[in-house]
Amino acid sequence: MFTYYLDLALRSLRRNKALTALMVLAIALGIGASMTTLTVLHVLSGDPLPGKSAQLYYPQVDPQDIKGMLPNKEPPDQVTLIDGLNLLHAGRADHQALMSGGSVPVQPEQSSLDPFYVEARYTTADFFAMFDAPFLYGHNWTDAEGEAKAREVVIAKSLNDKLFAGANSVGRTLRMAGTSFRVVGVLDSWQPNPHFYDLNTGSYAYGEQVFLPLQTMLELRLDRNGSTDCWGNGGGGVGSILPSDSCVWLQFWTQLDSPAKAAAYKEFLVHYSQDQKALGRFQRAPNVRLRSVMQWLDYQMVVPDDVRLQNGLAFGFLLVCLVNTVGLMLAKFMRRAAELGVRRALGASRRALFAQLLIESGVVGLVGGIGGLLLAMFGLWLVRQRPSDYAVLAHLDLSMLFTTFVLAVCATLLAGLLPAWRACQIAPALQLKSN
Amino acid sequence: MDILPILSTLRRHKLTSWLLILEIALTCAIVCNAVFLIGQRLQRMDMPSGVAEHELLQIQVADVTTPSNPYARLAEDVAVLRQVPGVISVASSNQVPFGSSSSNGNIRLDPAQPERTLFATTYFGENLVPTLGTRLVSGRDLQSDDFVDVETAMKGLGNGDSKSLPHVTLITQTLAERLWPGQNPLGRIIYLTPVVGLRVVGVVDSLVRPNAYDTAKAQYTMVVPLRMGASKDQSYLIRTRPEDRANVLAAALAALKKADPQRVVTTQRSFDEVRRKFFQDDRAMAGMLVGVIAALLTVTALGIVGLASFWVAQRRRTIGVRRALGATRGNILHYFQTENFVLATFGIALGMVLAYGINLFLMSHYELPRLPGVYFPVGAVLLWLIGQVAVLGPALRAAAVPPVVATRSV
Repeated sequence: MFTYYLDLALRSLRRNKALTALMVLAIALGIGASMTTLTVLHVLSGDPLPGKSAQLYYPQVDPQDIKGMLPNKEPPDQVTLIDGLNLLHAGRADHQALMSGGSVPVQPEQSSLDPFYVEARYTTADFFAMFDAPFLYGHNWTDAEGEAKAREVVIAKSLNDKLFAGANSVGRTLRMAGTSFRVVGVLDSWQPNPHFYDLNTGSYAYGEQVFLPLQTMLELRLDRNGSTDCWGNGGGGVGSILPSDSCVWLQFWTQLDSPAKAAAYKEFLVHYSQDQKALGRFQRAPNVRLRSVMQWLDYQMVVPDDVRLQNGLAFGFLLVCLVNTVGLMLAKFMRRAAELGVRRALGASRRALFAQLLIESGVVGLVGGIGGLLLAMFGLWLVRQRPSDYAVLAHLDLSMLFTTFVLAVCATLLAGLLPAWRACQIAPALQLKSN
Repeated sequence: MDILPILSTLRRHKLTSWLLILEIALTCAIVCNAVFLIGQRLQRMDMPSGVAEHELLQIQVADVTTPSNPYARLAEDVAVLRQVPGVISVASSNQVPFGSSSSNGNIRLDPAQPERTLFATTYFGENLVPTLGTRLVSGRDLQSDDFVDVETAMKGLGNGDSKSLPHVTLITQTLAERLWPGQNPLGRIIYLTPVVGLRVVGVVDSLVRPNAYDTAKAQYTMVVPLRMGASKDQSYLIRTRPEDRANVLAAALAALKKADPQRVVTTQRSFDEVRRKFFQDDRAMAGMLVGVIAALLTVTALGIVGLASFWVAQRRRTIGVRRALGATRGNILHYFQTENFVLATFGIALGMVLAYGINLFLMSHYELPRLPGVYFPVGAVLLWLIGQVAVLGPALRAAAVPPVVATRSV
């Protein structure tokens, strides 16, 4: 029966090519546009470390002075050096790392290469284990080496390719900012998107080339990038001067393996704030947060507003395309009233007619879906040509491919429901009489 | 043209008519808001900077190792750049208009007030007013004895020694008017921290902030006499004649490289490029909106063509009868045109309500202003036009139906 209906549908669609083409085009345009924007939204709001991010938490404490305090005001987005080191040394989490971003000049040994700047991450040793950063060669520096301000560096694969032609460079020397560093590890390709652990340096498609111990950076006073927020008489730090104690400029991340541990850690943050207040460092009542990675990204509203707006716009467009298709399909089905009347008179049940008409709209949906997929691929190509930092990430993945087809067929079936139902209401006798 | 027969015909095609009305309404609502959004973006991209954009170049260079005396280094660089032929003026600055990266401070008019008055950007740099080409409206420009080395100031801030801090500032007219409406700002004090009180000595016409994301606050700008050393974050700004820009940029880079071949140039661009980069997302968004409007109007127009064709085919016999009874081709043509006009009018009326609703939703989610009334007639006229253009083909086909059709039995 299905193949017979399919045959009928194809015949009917062929009979009125212009109208069929119009319906397919409308569906394809609507699906293409909405899948393009939905894919971009899906990529941008994705989980940067699937499987791991649920155990990662970002503690916030409030060391600001009493001025400008409002109830329910969020604590600062980063930590001061003192709080960062205190929390780090307390070691209450399963893993924890204190970090900041920057950039350093690399002075290649080869005379053929001019010095160049690379993005750097200054961090304590647990960073790599906590964020599951994969090592191609070697390993990270140890906690003790970090505390000893070791001149050691972990480099990214791309930098290793550029400087050492992709060879195992562990043990080699890398000269940066006038200091010699020993390469202890080379990371395999690794770039979490969004760049969740420090959103100040750019949220998407951002990756560091070198990773240095934080304590080494503090000693050498390497250049910092990112955001520094101060209060009171705090000064943001410039040149070789670090930001003062009343400035937040570091990120502190923790790994807490169970919700119970997370709850306990939040308790600890409250106690820490109370202790600091007793010591006179903090002035405000404990004001702490402990957000997981996805909560943090949500709170920071990392997905650009424009992307959401475009998504809404595209779905509005899809709605218009669907209404358009419903109208055209209705016109088409009603025009075949006579034919349907004859089929009814010859004994076809309403259900049978309904099924036949739905198959016809399903075919339109399927063809429109294929067209929409091609348009979505073209649309994503267009997005990739844009200058935005997230543009390079706009690629269709398997789940979005599947979603496209489901959306296209469901949408057209839904659009076909009303016209098919309406057409089935035809009284067979009336149609036969008028002929 | 009598409208009643049209309405009574439409009543017999209620479902189809309503679908067409709904499609026109949705299109109208989206197009009104999209046109409004495009207007907003274009207006934003037109934001005045207050500086001579077509005459300015920005260069950033970085030393591989920190120079022993960054202040002397910066002075040398500025001197080198001044020697480059075609250079009119040179300044150094911690930030540039529309440059994104910015230094900002919480302004208070009374050091004891709990909440900040506003959040203003702070330019630190020498020779900025003549180089940028902003106009001094009142008071005086910053002088070299106003300037304090930034490290001295930082130390002063740390130990509360107000002598080693800057004491004066330049502000924009917008900021002056916002802080002291209708009063003379000269001589008044702005507090950046409880100990950093800056006396306003001059007011400039306009100087946009690097992070001008909010149009209303784009001109909340101060210039503070802090002397910065050479560093990778410091920019050299060069003023030259528009036609000399490419040559001067090349010559300036060569001169800096000659002074120290070990240096890395991290930024080299004209201010036209600075502006283009700052507004690139707005441009992309406006382009996308234009595309959406075009696609929407096309789909709607094709939908109207499709439905009208169907109706014409369905009514061939009725048309034939009317023609046989004396209706002219013009009557038939006008009938379909009026029918479309009626449907479009219903659609537009519904669309206006929807457009207003969408705008309310956008206002609550995206910090957009209210949709001005002028966009409603624009959307209406656009859709009436599209409807008439789309229906013309089928209507002409209807008018071409010969009266003899009436005599043929079906």
